[in-house]
Amino acid sequence: MGLDRRKFLKVAGCAALGIAGGTTAKLGVGGSPARASSTSKAVHGGKRWAMVIDLRKCHKAEECDDCINACHVTHNVPKFDNPKDEIKWIWRESFGHAFHDQEHEYAAESLKHSPALLLCNHCDNPPCVKVCPTQATWKREEDGIVMMDWHRCIGCRYCVAACPYGSRSFNWRDPRPHIDKIHDEFPTRTRGVVEKCTFCEERLAKGKIPSCVEACKEKAIAFGDLEDPNSEVRRILGENFTIRRKPELGTKPEVYYLV
Amino acid sequence: MLEKALTGSKQYWAWLFFLGAVIFVGFLFFMWQFREGLGITGMSRDVTWGLYIAQFTFLVGVAASAVMVVLPYYLHNFKAFGKITILGEFLAIGSVVMCMTFIFVDMGQPFRILNVFVFPTPHSLMFWDTIALGGYLVLNVIISMVTLKAERSSVAPPKWIKPIIILSIPWAISIHTVTAFLYSGLAARPFWMTAILAPRFLASAFSAGPALLILFCLLLRRLTKFDAGKEPIQKLAMIVTYAMAVNVFFVLMELFTALYSDIPHHVLHFQYLFFGLGDSKVLVPWMWTSAILSVIALVLLINPGTRKNERILVFACVAVFIALWIEKGLGLVVTGFIPNPLGVVNEYWPTLPEVMIALGVYGIGLLIITVLYKIALSVRGEVSR
Repeated sequence: MGLDRRKFLKVAGCAALGIAGGTTAKLGVGGSPARASSTSKAVHGGKRWAMVIDLRKCHKAEECDDCINACHVTHNVPKFDNPKDEIKWIWRESFGHAFHDQEHEYAAESLKHSPALLLCNHCDNPPCVKVCPTQATWKREEDGIVMMDWHRCIGCRYCVAACPYGSRSFNWRDPRPHIDKIHDEFPTRTRGVVEKCTFCEERLAKGKIPSCVEACKEKAIAFGDLEDPNSEVRRILGENFTIRRKPELGTKPEVYYLV
Repeated sequence: MLEKALTGSKQYWAWLFFLGAVIFVGFLFFMWQFREGLGITGMSRDVTWGLYIAQFTFLVGVAASAVMVVLPYYLHNFKAFGKITILGEFLAIGSVVMCMTFIFVDMGQPFRILNVFVFPTPHSLMFWDTIALGGYLVLNVIISMVTLKAERSSVAPPKWIKPIIILSIPWAISIHTVTAFLYSGLAARPFWMTAILAPRFLASAFSAGPALLILFCLLLRRLTKFDAGKEPIQKLAMIVTYAMAVNVFFVLMELFTALYSDIPHHVLHFQYLFFGLGDSKVLVPWMWTSAILSVIALVLLINPGTRKNERILVFACVAVFIALWIEKGLGLVVTGFIPNPLGVVNEYWPTLPEVMIALGVYGIGLLIITVLYKIALSVRGEVSR
């Protein structure tokens, strides 16, 4: 693994220099090629990963579950019939539930009834990390991803209570019988531990963009490095009005929304 | 001294066997939960803490309340509590053991619980709560054993125990304060995020705990030769009265701030408790029962005529205990999760296995308290009538 990664980084470094250098800024606005190039650059050693979800693009494809399916298949997320036992890493929620401070009764119908895509916000100041008694969840210093160690988690669910976004799921039962087809490249979990989105850190390590970003046909999800002023996420954030969920709590969520 | 627990009347043994059976049944259900996962409880993705953590929270209070007999006796030399101080300490021991067991049965991976010590994490309140509870257990075991041994030999307790007893007083306050901090530091849960939570916890603890102690003393008077005496019972009743009045006052403070400011995040939880949200109103009858019992108890306790009548006092103490158990052991924890951070209401109600496991844990606590009380009374030769 270590060797693979080093080899990869070498190749990646050259590629980044060659391809991504100046193109982003020029091709930047709107087009998907720019996004592809900036993301492929971004996945090489980003310092602060972030995501921008364009809900307007997302709504164009009503009832589309591509990103959710891609994520849940990749990460062996089980499907439970009983909502009580549900596990979800990325899911759709009504706009009113996702942003209930922003909703009002005269809002555009399209907004009111349109769903928002929710996942772990990978907060810069994550309350879940603060409360974990075993450091089984922690913020990775080099790139800001809020990580999970499923072998250390004692299943106390303090992080679930502390998360203001409902982004964490607990394995109330053995998840394995509820996974349609086990994906060998990713671990399954055991009952009694908490899990959530990890920004596809296992794919980032191989230079791949997160699976939800890759799966979105509408190109509604942008992913990149906030520390890189030329990244697509920085461009979008600099040019548009974006919102975050419950920023007033000071958690500094790193998933932004265009509405 | 422990050998004193091994001889006893038929009644004593029948009670121990009964508790043993309750514990055994609880254990069987726990084995089921251990195999299947916590999915067999009523907890869900939205309401992730339930009966177990609520009992833990309530019992930390009962444990802390020992300070209400320790403090007057050791700091103010209030001699009347001399006979019952040991009962308070033993109640604390049984309660702390129950707290720890409730945490254990609530863990998704109970056998990883030592990770809390392997990876000590000072920024987590749970780490401090573990230390506070563990330390309090050790302090009470040392203090009660040393003082009881001295009493058996009819000598004064060794001098070195005094500083340890003094230490146990702020320590008792700390266990319930840290337990409140577990909740009140969470920005995600406005219902708990109130500075008055720790004071409120202490007030309810200092009334529910001594109320239980009064009931135990009166029960022991009926079953054994032990008589706590009229004065200590009345002093305890006074403590229950003040603490209960302060607790109700604190609850009203919370209601005022939440309801007058009218911020939905704060109002909704109280609305859920007392009126329900939509069709979700499973706690409503319980909360009104708690409120009515609190008022009745306060009337009976504040009025000297009724407080000094031990028969009525028993009723008042039962009312206090049930009211506060509902408030803290049923309503407080789950309501923090209802509605959830997205504003969605999913209710919680414990399942049969969950209740049986909880009863089993209470069985363990009562067994410990029974055995310890038996030892204390045997040492004093006050067992059989």
